[in-house]
Amino acid sequence: MAEKRKEVIVVGGGLAGLACAMKLAENGCFVKLVCLTKVRRSHSVCAQGGINIAVNKKGEDDSPTIHAYDTLKGGDFLANQPPVLEMCLAGPSILNMLDRAGCPFNRTPEGNIDFRRFGGTLYHRTAFCGASTGQQLLYTLDEQVRRYETKGLVEKYENHEFLRLVLDKDNITRGIVMHDVYNLDLQVLKADAVVIATGGCGVIFKKSTNSTFCTGAANGRIYKQGMKYANGEFIQIHPTAIPGQDKLRLISESSRGEGGRVWVYGDSSKTITFPDGSEKPCGQTGEPWYFLEEMYPGYGNLVPRDIGAREVLRICELGLGIDGQMQVYLDVSHLPRVKHHKLEAVLDIYEKFTGDDPRKLPMKIFPAVHYTMGGGWVDWPAADDKDRKERFRQMTNLKGCFNIGESDYQFHGANRLGANSLLSCIFSGLVAGKEAPLYIDSLDQKSEDIDEAIFEKAYNSEKKIQEKLLTNTGKENVHLLADELAEYLIKYVTVKRNNEGLKKTLEKIKELRERYKNIELDDKGKTLNQTYVFAHQFDAMLELALVITKGALLRDEFRGSHFKEGYSDRDDDKFLKTTIAEYEPEEPKISYEDIDIRHFDPVKRNYVVAKKVKPEVKNFPKNWEPLL
Amino acid sequence: MKRTYTLKILRGTPKNQYFEEFELEFSPGANIISALMDIQKNPVNKKGEKTTPVVWEQGCLEEVCGSCSLLVDGFPRQSCTCLIEPFFEGKNHATITLAPFTKFPLIRDLVVDRTQMFENLKKVRAWVDIDGSFEQGEGPKVSPDVQEALYVLSTCMTCGCCTEGCPQMTGSSKFIGPAALSQARLFNAHPTGSMKKDERIRPLMEEGGVGDCGNAQNCKEVCPKNIPLTESIALIGREATKQAIRDFFSLSDTKK
Repeated sequence: MAEKRKEVIVVGGGLAGLACAMKLAENGCFVKLVCLTKVRRSHSVCAQGGINIAVNKKGEDDSPTIHAYDTLKGGDFLANQPPVLEMCLAGPSILNMLDRAGCPFNRTPEGNIDFRRFGGTLYHRTAFCGASTGQQLLYTLDEQVRRYETKGLVEKYENHEFLRLVLDKDNITRGIVMHDVYNLDLQVLKADAVVIATGGCGVIFKKSTNSTFCTGAANGRIYKQGMKYANGEFIQIHPTAIPGQDKLRLISESSRGEGGRVWVYGDSSKTITFPDGSEKPCGQTGEPWYFLEEMYPGYGNLVPRDIGAREVLRICELGLGIDGQMQVYLDVSHLPRVKHHKLEAVLDIYEKFTGDDPRKLPMKIFPAVHYTMGGGWVDWPAADDKDRKERFRQMTNLKGCFNIGESDYQFHGANRLGANSLLSCIFSGLVAGKEAPLYIDSLDQKSEDIDEAIFEKAYNSEKKIQEKLLTNTGKENVHLLADELAEYLIKYVTVKRNNEGLKKTLEKIKELRERYKNIELDDKGKTLNQTYVFAHQFDAMLELALVITKGALLRDEFRGSHFKEGYSDRDDDKFLKTTIAEYEPEEPKISYEDIDIRHFDPVKRNYVVAKKVKPEVKNFPKNWEPLL
Repeated sequence: MKRTYTLKILRGTPKNQYFEEFELEFSPGANIISALMDIQKNPVNKKGEKTTPVVWEQGCLEEVCGSCSLLVDGFPRQSCTCLIEPFFEGKNHATITLAPFTKFPLIRDLVVDRTQMFENLKKVRAWVDIDGSFEQGEGPKVSPDVQEALYVLSTCMTCGCCTEGCPQMTGSSKFIGPAALSQARLFNAHPTGSMKKDERIRPLMEEGGVGDCGNAQNCKEVCPKNIPLTESIALIGREATKQAIRDFFSLSDTKK
């Protein structure tokens, strides 16, 4: 008898989820793809600038090794090194695959893929499609997955939301419970592996550059079921976004990669501390002051994002922002037409929302919450590890539950470099697409052999939550609670943190958690009840908020995006460690795990001078196998 | 001077639709989305009655995901890029009417189900048939001009504005619509995609295909991304004619 097809549930239809679904289908698995929205509308569409791949097509002597080193250094050495090295090594094959599948990358006159420069590197290694690269990559993978859908290898559950894992008595993942957003019908899906690809949690901060469905709820729910959540405190603030009423819209780093400059009017009566510790005047009064270029002559406007965001804030706090406000100029008006054309998608968006033409006037921008470096803890047996075949890459501590893309913690350490997210999403998706079938092979028992009572119990738990939430009475409004949460998080848990503020926030979140018990929904029906959907998510968002805040409180150092007053230096002795949060009803239990630094010695980040280094990889994996 | 505006919203479920009005205070930078968010927080209508929050579809709010399509004063568009300010036209009060699209099944309030648009992408085989994801070197070279043309077509976000604007799209019509026709053009123009040209063109020669276009040209007018949809339809029309001749004389498809 032919063996039954392996069934895998993929939750999330962004780049990571689609890459995984494609690979699984190619490997003969049957994929159930669950997505809160239509997969083609996933948040990956918002990625603008490009994807980093070191193929060295610009005569710069670039290599995947240098790419790995830049990535680790940009992340302040908080990332485990083996997965980062393998990601960068796989880059060129991933680019070839996307190219063959028809992704419309910008071209050189000879017809080759063109590359632009991005932050935190001195090399041109960012392939791009105008200024909507994420959208184009997502479409390319969506098209391939649709092809497998017509072959009967992928079944989509769009407008369905993941609610919980079904775990058996041995804590092995056997399926999920989800609801149909259109009518709140609950449903159990069975599978032998579940891959979580649900993106970041920017919406916890309310206004961010994230899409409105990026609440992090799926991760929060699994965390409550026992998944370890790693490096929660590392939240990237992007230096350049347009302030807005409904969201903060990103202005791509590629605008600086193509030559855009950040400035404010100088004021020589004021001084500021430069990175070397010297006090210098803030430019010349009344003249444009290109502060990033002066402070960081090596990288200029292309310093890593955490540095850019902090400097913009410092400048504004000195009262040098535009009209004294929290805004600075990002200027592309001096660039030639051909560069404007490459940036068209973002420049058009700026014009549509502000009414000003950035081709003629400098843009007014301010930092915004952008990317979740932390996420589900996942395993990574390195190529040379003795137990490489006994453990599974991208698998969480819950057996059979994988986590990929922005919702895992693996690739970006304490700060992500621009244009690395698209690569990490696709890479981790493809990896999980290879590992999940291997994991299923290792199982003694398949999900269809599991006692039906296990599934019924999970279903009933959700049924109870639904009934309770729809009928609860009280005086609290969930949207107003979300506003209060965001107010504290933005004030105390973003660019500049301090222990007093973090403690206050921790208490505030606990207070909100109590008040959440008294919410009453303005809508108690079952037809497309968005208030209910959000209220259900908010429970998980509160738990992640605690993880983020407590992780930040306990980490007494300055590393990457985590900057705390009174702690001006990185403390490798104490904190060259991954933060691990585990759910406990009162507050998260925090522990630390050593970082795998087998390939490069951590050095102090320096972006003041531009020096191309040829980093030497120690212990290059002898058993490394190409991904594709 | 304080400015206010009324949102007149067509709400409800199929066969049970009604207008409800909301009075809101204007704040600079407000758009349709922020207005709907305000209602969500405090769902009280113009008469001062407590009501349920209006539901709508949203995603990126940067006009790249295609989620938030609506009829604003009868015009199909993305609500995220729809700022409130221009509606005042110098006055202190404005009224804006919001309604769900009419050419798709209504779910509730402003949300319709656009699944059909994605199903249509299957009909036109809107993908490049690659042998697999395995390493097989670089893709074909593409000139910057061709890339430019492909990119513009590929910015279609399946928002459905073209379908909504098209007079050929009626309850009984099987017309596949401008978006899918333009996607067929996109993949036929790709060097590898063109190898399966005939498989994309043939379904479009049948009922509901390119022949059903009435040449009203509304699609091009309402497309938020300025995709040259009418040009795509004309090109596909020509391809269909050529394919019909080839098929009539039973010529092989090798010369594509």
